[in-house]
Amino acid sequence: MTAEAGAHATLRAVTRTYPGARPVHALGPIDLDLMRGEFFSVVGPSGCGKSTLLDVLAGLSEPTSGEITFEGKPVRGVPDGIGVVFQEDASFPWLSVRDNVAFGLRRMGTDPAEITRRVDYAIGFMGLKDFAHSYPAQLSGGMRQRVCIARTLVLQPRLILLDEPFGALDQQTRLLMGDELLRLWRETSATVLLITHALDEAAMLSDRVGVMSARPGVFIDLVQTNWPRDRDSRIVAEAEFGAVTGRLWGSLRAESMKAIGRAG
Amino acid sequence: MTREGWTRLGLVAAGIAALEALCRTKVIKPLTLVPPSRMVHDLAGLLIAGDIFDDIGQTAIEVGGAFFLAIVLGVLMGAAIQATPRLRRAVAPVLASWYAVPSFVFYPLLVALFGLSTSPLIAIGVLSATPAMVVATIGGLDRVPRVLLRAARIHRLTAAQTLWLITLPSALPSLFTGLKLSFAYAFIGVIAGEFILSGGGIGYGIAYAYESFETPKMYALMLLVLIVAVGVNGALHAWEGRLLQRRQR
Ligand SMILES: Nc1ncnc2c1ncn2[C@@H]1O[C@H](COP(=O)(O)OP(=O)(O)O)[C@@H](O)[C@H]1O
Ligand SMILES: [Mg+2]
Repeated sequence: MTAEAGAHATLRAVTRTYPGARPVHALGPIDLDLMRGEFFSVVGPSGCGKSTLLDVLAGLSEPTSGEITFEGKPVRGVPDGIGVVFQEDASFPWLSVRDNVAFGLRRMGTDPAEITRRVDYAIGFMGLKDFAHSYPAQLSGGMRQRVCIARTLVLQPRLILLDEPFGALDQQTRLLMGDELLRLWRETSATVLLITHALDEAAMLSDRVGVMSARPGVFIDLVQTNWPRDRDSRIVAEAEFGAVTGRLWGSLRAESMKAIGRAG
Repeated sequence: MTREGWTRLGLVAAGIAALEALCRTKVIKPLTLVPPSRMVHDLAGLLIAGDIFDDIGQTAIEVGGAFFLAIVLGVLMGAAIQATPRLRRAVAPVLASWYAVPSFVFYPLLVALFGLSTSPLIAIGVLSATPAMVVATIGGLDRVPRVLLRAARIHRLTAAQTLWLITLPSALPSLFTGLKLSFAYAFIGVIAGEFILSGGGIGYGIAYAYESFETPKMYALMLLVLIVAVGVNGALHAWEGRLLQRRQR
């Protein structure tokens, strides 16, 4: 295993082209080292290949070219130790919140007492205690996304990938969910890759932010934030936060204009 | 019970009471229709005497066999069709127009093939009931959200686990519709087949009673058919409700 500060996952010249009558070159070439324990965010105009990047990194689809490694081993299929929270609601509607969260542990044959302990913790952590016996249909979209986050974190993944998990929430709730995500990241010491379309979210949460171009998505800027590890959403009031957000927007503005079909 | 439930029960009870009154006052002649209370009485008599157990047993085996085979065939065919877009485009019109074909026209052919046994009756039940299960299976599989299959892969489930833990529960609402329809079609197919050409079974019993002017027995058996049809459908419906009630979006 690599040293504490080494690269946790690497992407080398990774591209992905969707085949078809008119092939879509969606992503890359991407070169990236995700450092062990870092909080990395990806921002980019919609349709630029962010979800495609998540797919190949998680082993859900193969890159058209290039090499991906996770913990030193090439990624072939979904590796052990990766958790994903999808853009769409992926809660299982036929299971209660509790059974949703326990799903993965039960598959792995974990000891029942241990399951109870970890599920209780994850449910409490995500503020779902009062809804443990509810079904997803009885919850709001934001609550369902929390169920999916709890279902992921209970497995203690070493790399957590989140695809616009708070996309549907209002600004205030998103800031608070961001705080919870930071808390989760600190407590688990996992590596986090967050895809978001919200610049402020990226600026506030991340150690590093990758800015992607319009399709095919490549990184056009990597912004280091230098926040302390025990930060929270209150940093939005700091001047430094404005500077980071400003730099992100500076890199992204021209690309976003391309994405909506106007010349930069 | 819900208010709708009481209303429904009230309407049925009123209908039966009206029929009873019309029969008792001889507005409807006894040779045409016996009063409902008499049907219940006659049916109880038949059941106690045990005369119709052979017929009930034969029909149960035929309907049960046809229902079971239709489920197995329907799910297998539906899964194969759903997984093969070319096959699907080819058979879609056949499935859509299946109900326009009265499967009974094949009955003489089936008798010629299998002989006058229970086999052609099971076959007619299967022919009637399978398409509903095929259609329900295709619809159910179409509605499995792709993101749930992706979640299954992230949980590193095997193909069998994915089928059992993700695909099946996702497709369940549609499959239940298929189960209810398939049972109804299997039951109708078998009873009607017995009616036309058979040496036993409830359908045959009704036809025989009709031809030999045993009106009370005929009505008792008709009541039995009605009770079984409504009872099985109601049981499936209740089971469905218990499994699905909490996940309505
Ligand atoms: N399965 C697919 N087949 C063909 N094109 C696709 C497929 N999935 C995504 N695309 C295209 O690839 C591009 C990138 O998609 P995606 O990664 O979902 O973007 P983002 O998440 O940044 O909005 C888009 O133009 C999209 O239309
Ligand atoms: Mg996306």
